Amino acid sequence: MDFKGAYTTANLKFLLEGFYVTLEVAFIAIAISFVIGCVTGTLRYAKVPVLSQALAFEVELIRNLPLLLIIFFTRFALPEVGINLGTLYSSIVALAVFEAAMISEVVRSGLNSVDKGQIEAARSSGLNGARTLWHIVLPQGLRRMVPPLVSQFISLLKDTSLAVGIALPELMHNANIVVGHNYNSAIPILMVVAVMYFVVNYILSLVSRRLENRMA
Amino acid sequence: MHFRKQGGSNDMLNFSILERYIDSYLAGFYNTIQSSVLALIGSFVLGTVIAVFRIAPVKPLNWFGTAYVEFIRNIPLLLVVFFFYLGLPSLGITLDGFVCGTIGLAVYTSSFIAEAIRAGIMSVPKGQTEAALASGLTYLKTMRHIILPQAIKIVIPPLGNQFINLIKNSSILTVFAGFDLMYYGDIINTDTFDTFSTYIFVAMFYLLLTIPLSFAVVRIERRLARND
Repeated sequence: MDFKGAYTTANLKFLLEGFYVTLEVAFIAIAISFVIGCVTGTLRYAKVPVLSQALAFEVELIRNLPLLLIIFFTRFALPEVGINLGTLYSSIVALAVFEAAMISEVVRSGLNSVDKGQIEAARSSGLNGARTLWHIVLPQGLRRMVPPLVSQFISLLKDTSLAVGIALPELMHNANIVVGHNYNSAIPILMVVAVMYFVVNYILSLVSRRLENRMA
Repeated sequence: MHFRKQGGSNDMLNFSILERYIDSYLAGFYNTIQSSVLALIGSFVLGTVIAVFRIAPVKPLNWFGTAYVEFIRNIPLLLVVFFFYLGLPSLGITLDGFVCGTIGLAVYTSSFIAEAIRAGIMSVPKGQTEAALASGLTYLKTMRHIILPQAIKIVIPPLGNQFINLIKNSSILTVFAGFDLMYYGDIINTDTFDTFSTYIFVAMFYLLLTIPLSFAVVRIERRLARND
């Protein structure tokens, strides 16, 4: 093991650059997938005819496929039908589509967990469907969604590493390059990489636990 | 003279690829199943040990179990495999992509399974442990004969979900030339240059495994919920 050769300023700077790309891609994908997931999850909950069934099919399809396959497909197969997104946008789109399907399920089951009596009471007090959803169901459902949502965000951050398959210059990609220059630096370098992922994800899981306790 | 796709089809999906490369698809399909099943067994054994560590009345074991679960759960699967694929050779041990990938999958998944098993064990009333210990059983015997058989029922649905995840996650073997379904997709693709059709068929093979399993897990969950 070559610790001295591994932890040079140039290497660490290169890893941090990769980590920046990882965080950037993860952040954008989280934002997009959260919006799409909330909308599709709510539509499925509301049982809009045809649309709900179509979304159910889409969500089940995406959820049952490997993310790596979706990333490959977005990057290499879509250009054949005229959609060429490039490496960065392929990564973001594939991650967002995959996680949106997961978040959609979280939102749907969160909304479903709200007691039916609450909805009946709201409706009989004269609130319409949309208002019942917005004022009664959503605030209560959201509370239960926080822990699974945060663990989805952690998954997404970890999953950005799969973009190594299409050569996105994120953390794993850069780590692989550094190790390629000096195989004896493999374990020290991978340890630093692990610490980087761990710190961010662990903080996220602590925040989630905090929120969970406060809401309980 | 004009060019047409192989098989003379102008459709978006070229089914002749499936026909011509069925042997390759099946070889990859088989390896994907093999890797997932081996990793499931490995992660179940490892996960059970870690779960018992986490609840055993020995403080250092608790710490080790907690550190293991928290660390592994918060780093990417790919990184776990890299430790085996790039890290071990610098210690003089070289394993091929399939083996590294499968071990990495087992280690990664074991942290999630350990949590599921721990939840299962915690759900067994404490009185059971006390009664077993009072009857003269050792801690290990209490675990093996009294607690774990009851815990397993609660653990089955999350185990099913983890198996589905394993099948999907085994696609990372392709990064390490592990000859899984995705890897064969890549090989077929370099032959056909019809990426769209090639990967649609790869997707189909994954769905062949994951969709029935998803339905099975939902059914088991419903049945267990009804029995409660």
